[in-house]
Amino acid sequence: MTTATPPPIETAPGAPAVAAPGGESLRDYVQRWWAGIRQGDLGSLTIVIGLIIIAIVFQSQNSNFLTAGNFVNLIVQAAAITCIAMGIVFVLLLGEIDLSVGYVSGVAGVIVALLTFPDGNQLATFPTLLLALGAGVAIGLLQGVIIAKIGVPSFVVTLAGLLGWNGVVLLLIGDRGTVIIQNSFFEGFANNFVPEATAWIVAIAGVAVYAGGLLWERYQRTKAGLGHAPDVLILLRVGALAAALLIVVYVAYQDRGIPYVFLVLAGVYIVLTYVLNRTTFGRHVYAVGGNAEAARRAGINVDAVKIACFGICSGLAALGGIILASRLRSVDTNSGGGSILLYSIAAAVIGGTSLFGGRGSVKSAVLGALVIASIDNGLGLLGLSSGTKFVVTGLVLLAAVVVDSLARRGREQAGRA
Amino acid sequence: MNDTKPTLELRGVSKSFGAVQALYNVDFSVRAGEVMALVGDNGAGKSTLIKSVAGIHPFDSGEVLFEGQPVHIHGPKDSAKLGIEVVYQDLALADNLDVVQNMFLGREETTGILRSLDEVDMEKKADETLASLSVTTIRSTRQTVAGLSGGQRQSVAVAKAVMWNSKVVILDEPTAALGVAQTRQVLDLVKRLGEQGLAVVLVSHNLYDVFEVADKITVLRLGQNVAVYNRKDVTQTQVVEAITAGKLSKVPGPEAEVVA
Repeated sequence: MTTATPPPIETAPGAPAVAAPGGESLRDYVQRWWAGIRQGDLGSLTIVIGLIIIAIVFQSQNSNFLTAGNFVNLIVQAAAITCIAMGIVFVLLLGEIDLSVGYVSGVAGVIVALLTFPDGNQLATFPTLLLALGAGVAIGLLQGVIIAKIGVPSFVVTLAGLLGWNGVVLLLIGDRGTVIIQNSFFEGFANNFVPEATAWIVAIAGVAVYAGGLLWERYQRTKAGLGHAPDVLILLRVGALAAALLIVVYVAYQDRGIPYVFLVLAGVYIVLTYVLNRTTFGRHVYAVGGNAEAARRAGINVDAVKIACFGICSGLAALGGIILASRLRSVDTNSGGGSILLYSIAAAVIGGTSLFGGRGSVKSAVLGALVIASIDNGLGLLGLSSGTKFVVTGLVLLAAVVVDSLARRGREQAGRA
Repeated sequence: MNDTKPTLELRGVSKSFGAVQALYNVDFSVRAGEVMALVGDNGAGKSTLIKSVAGIHPFDSGEVLFEGQPVHIHGPKDSAKLGIEVVYQDLALADNLDVVQNMFLGREETTGILRSLDEVDMEKKADETLASLSVTTIRSTRQTVAGLSGGQRQSVAVAKAVMWNSKVVILDEPTAALGVAQTRQVLDLVKRLGEQGLAVVLVSHNLYDVFEVADKITVLRLGQNVAVYNRKDVTQTQVVEAITAGKLSKVPGPEAEVVA
């Protein structure tokens, strides 16, 4: 093993195997964090810095960028990509890829528009929602079965999906061209706003639950005689979330407010993060991505994990398609096409989810989507063409992957690849 | 220790892959509290023997007795149920997971109505297991396995194997590819497993290691058991002789030059 600058892993014989109970000091924690960064364990640091740079650059070019109105626009614009990218994370964690998410989202959007079209035999809101999401999950499970059981590379299966579901979108739309969404629920999903009081209550409840969770964990670990994160850090984390929500809610209500889709995505984010970090299934996803053979020998049903992840990915793509259809208030023959697929995959990767599997988080999808939507939005404000947008977004993606590769090299040198 | 029934006993087991006779009429036994070394040249049948015990490919004929009772091992789950754990050479650890997560992989503990992972309990048990094996070199069980040295990884793999009330632990070349200090750590660990009353099977090429920790030595040659020694009554030269020229009960195959 090459250990250029090893962390102090090997301690003298007789040293305690476990950190002393009572928790480490904030200083230890910061030192460990900084050592991690130097070894290439960048976490969210680069992306947060990137977002700040983007904000400064665009604000200096056009003073409309950092306004309440544009902030609300940004939330709505980022919503669909965020949702699809969160699903992509599950597939990337396995070391696989899903190229069909764009047109799967298109299929779901078209299903919603057609089934609720007021032609006399339209479906009610809830069954339509279930059917559209169910179609997404079913598509994912089908592709997952082919990938896991027959052993066809996911790249090829989902490439076939990309073509096939594009065709399905065209067939469903037929010669209608554009279908306007006329169901009030689906119309308002991305375009209506939560009453201000509700937003504040949800925000406060969120902070309270988060703080409660951290304190409960601290209590459990102390009771078991294990070390815990320093108290100052718990305070800082709760403070950071509270500050972020305070700013988001306050700024949003200087304009139209928080759209319903934001609440839905916040809920999806919490559930998915819980699934990945706190459930047996999530643990198995990371294990399959890290070392599929080890997972198999540990008795994990690798095929089932893969199929489930493709199901989750396509299900979230369907939700993303519904969000997009709602934002545009219509679907057409281009639904699910354009930049959606590549923006979604790029979002997950820019956020720090590895293309090689085993490394990543739901948070990375959200941060990455925010970066992409900000660039798209900012360049739009400057009145630049789609051509410029694509070039700039491509460069940002390239920069993110280069940073990730350099970080990976750092990890390898530190023996932490 | 010699009068007790062997924890694991094989009587006259054979295994062939097509025309190749990998094991022929092999007797093998290991008792609780005993470190049994299994040595032999490449192709002597060491790997076939442990893989068959682990249930990866069953024996063609012969008897397997576990604590004196005849048993049938048809798959990895059967052997795991009996309490037989194998630590393979490539360790089968996921680099992106931490020590606790690896030790509980596939057997995670959950708590509460949401069946969330019981991290606190798992971490505590992992710490206790490592402490009981006197593994002091792993500073935190919450670091990822990618950051561990070869010896530390071996320790984690062994701790993972013994955590489940296992009775027989089979170690496949545990010191191959390790440096001097790390080999030392692992050999100490192997000794401790024996002292804790486990039946330990140590598969190794390295006779220095074998003479350091083993109580008994079984020598395989061309798929046959050619000698079982007490370590105290034998020299390395005698073992090398058995490995290269031990007396075979049956000359295998039509190729006469194999015997020469």
